[in-house]
Amino acid sequence: MKVILKNVNILNPDQKLNEKNTNILLSEGRIVKIGELNSEDTKGEIKEFDLSGKYIVPGFFDMHVHLREPGREDEETVITGCQSAASGGFTGLACMPNTEPAIDSAEVVSLIKKQAANQLVDVFVIAAATLGRKGEVITPMAELKESGVVGFSDDGVAIKTAAILRRAMEYSGMYNLPIIEHCEDETLAGGAMNEGVNSTRLGLPPVPSVAEDLIVSRDILMAEYTGGKIHIAHISTKKSVEMVRQSKKNGIKVTAEVTPHHFSLTDDYIRTYDTNYKMNPPLRTKDDVEEILKGLKDGTIDCIASDHAPHSAEEKEVEFEFAPNGIIGLETEIGVALTDLYHKKVLTLEQLIEKMSINPRKILNIPVPKIQVGENANFTILDPDEVWTVDLNKFKSKSRNSPFNKRLLTGRAVGVINKNNMYFDGQFLAI
Amino acid sequence: MPLSNRHLLGLQGVPREDIQLILDTTKTFREVLERPIKKVPTLQGKTVVNLFFENSTRTRISFELAEKRLSADSINFSASTSSVSKGETFKDTIRNIEAMKVDMVVVRHSAAGTPQFLTQISNANIINAGDGIHEHPTQALLDMYSIQEKLGKIEGLKVCIVGDIAHSRVALSNIYGLITMGAKVTVCGPSTMIPRFIRDLGVEVIYNIDEAIQENDVLNVLRIQLERKAREYFPSIREYATFFGITEERLEKNGKDILIMHPGPINRGVELSSAVADGLNQIILKQVTNGVAIRMAVLYLLGTMN
Repeated sequence: MKVILKNVNILNPDQKLNEKNTNILLSEGRIVKIGELNSEDTKGEIKEFDLSGKYIVPGFFDMHVHLREPGREDEETVITGCQSAASGGFTGLACMPNTEPAIDSAEVVSLIKKQAANQLVDVFVIAAATLGRKGEVITPMAELKESGVVGFSDDGVAIKTAAILRRAMEYSGMYNLPIIEHCEDETLAGGAMNEGVNSTRLGLPPVPSVAEDLIVSRDILMAEYTGGKIHIAHISTKKSVEMVRQSKKNGIKVTAEVTPHHFSLTDDYIRTYDTNYKMNPPLRTKDDVEEILKGLKDGTIDCIASDHAPHSAEEKEVEFEFAPNGIIGLETEIGVALTDLYHKKVLTLEQLIEKMSINPRKILNIPVPKIQVGENANFTILDPDEVWTVDLNKFKSKSRNSPFNKRLLTGRAVGVINKNNMYFDGQFLAI
Repeated sequence: MPLSNRHLLGLQGVPREDIQLILDTTKTFREVLERPIKKVPTLQGKTVVNLFFENSTRTRISFELAEKRLSADSINFSASTSSVSKGETFKDTIRNIEAMKVDMVVVRHSAAGTPQFLTQISNANIINAGDGIHEHPTQALLDMYSIQEKLGKIEGLKVCIVGDIAHSRVALSNIYGLITMGAKVTVCGPSTMIPRFIRDLGVEVIYNIDEAIQENDVLNVLRIQLERKAREYFPSIREYATFFGITEERLEKNGKDILIMHPGPINRGVELSSAVADGLNQIILKQVTNGVAIRMAVLYLLGTMN
């Protein structure tokens, strides 16, 4: 089938591409023409979309997603996670290994890949760095690499000891794969929210920001020492951003991601003990958010990732201290980023595309989709100016644990195209 | 003038007029407690559930007594005898109790924010009887009442709270209440037991107990939890008793007539020496009596609102 995308703007900073008001012709999912279309082009079975004012950009990629399969299919599955990602505007994601069992063997990797095979969204797997994420023995990284994993992480916790971290970094370094770290010192962990005047006021057990900073600093030093690649997941503190900035200047192979909640919310939001504001790392302070915005602007923070963490309502509707950490994010991520970063002039649209499409793929050594004739279409269709209200009930995700419900946002992804499939206007269609 | 909120979840943000109203009302009930027949019909026909998810003897008895003296029907529910141990969620437990048409719930729970959570799933008036390390408003109210009873005022007084501030709901409620009522509040204890951001609440911090005695009108001495994790926060009980314990010698040395309070139960020889715990400056058992009157006042004011 042919698809015509009419009156679109094309933007791909990776190709230095910035075209206004043009047309794209796809045939069987491939780009066959960009520009003026003639009568020959529009022959046959054709679907036409008038996308005036909208942007075609390389498909967005979320490198930090919890798909919960295997183990907690009541909260999310590979399939519902992929649908949620497509509905949120992503054509690719990387899933985290803290499943039950953990993704620490090629068998579990292939199970996930099999589930994802027919999905519009490309699923890449991040495997555990240590067996069972226990921090004792490194996983069979060579075999995992062969089965297609794109990085290693004990996400949920940091790699337990410096000795194991060193081995994991040296070993994964042979294959140029990054170690992705959830930076938190376990002896200081365990609180329910950020340590600050709000935790004192609310009487909630605190976790200090220095718990993150200690491991960020340990990991950066180890990356420097081993020459390995370290990626700091969900960075959340001022000090950590400063350390990453300095380390980049010093030529250390460190990259960092931030979640939408860590650049748009603070611990002031926890006033009513709403467990949808409970996540790890916890929401921090205004000072931290300001430094994060600065880090996004100056390139210290390479990418934006959701840390999409589905939890069942039964698990979340409990006392704050007893609730599990984490919120879903795939279907609000682009809207929050456009609202709080693009419209507030923290990032240009090009920079936003870099952080949500290009950089995450580069960190994981995944080719960045090109928008040119002959390539398979892998697009996100953005409307940066559409005003919409978040409605949890419309989410494709199986879970509903989001603090962004009923938020008014400006800008969203109206559709995606990938693997001969399109998601547009709330519908999947084969093209 | 009724109270401005139909629940008592904590003292943070509670206006001065409300606290004053509770203290004034307490005076009336305090008199009732001196009568030969200590019962009034005020809450006849009202049902109060004492929902205790955490062990407590004195607070529960105090509330129970207050309810009985107001002629309310009261039911005790404690976690050890409940379905909570059978895996029922907190939410379902509350819904079940709610379905039995109760008017008021007195709740004690080890997790902060539980009383607030309760207001979202129940229509009853909620009274916080202690939630985690958050608040214990009736304790702070009875402390303030006791200060006022003994010293005639709260405004302008200097009150020092001594001990494990970081793990004390009594401390936090006292801080909020006392500041609202115009007292100057200082906290004193080992630095590991003082929350890092406590000054932002408008209190002063000192680490020297002699200074605390010299500069304050009231010492509210908290119980040191010997049995819990709190032990990790100071080197030894001996060291705590030596540097932060209130002894007669210490009071004499500083030559000061100071009011000594303690929410109980006391660790004799640790935070208070026996001589001080039984001495002339303390009003510890008065606090217990006032506790019943305070809880009667709170139950009455909330129970007659709707």
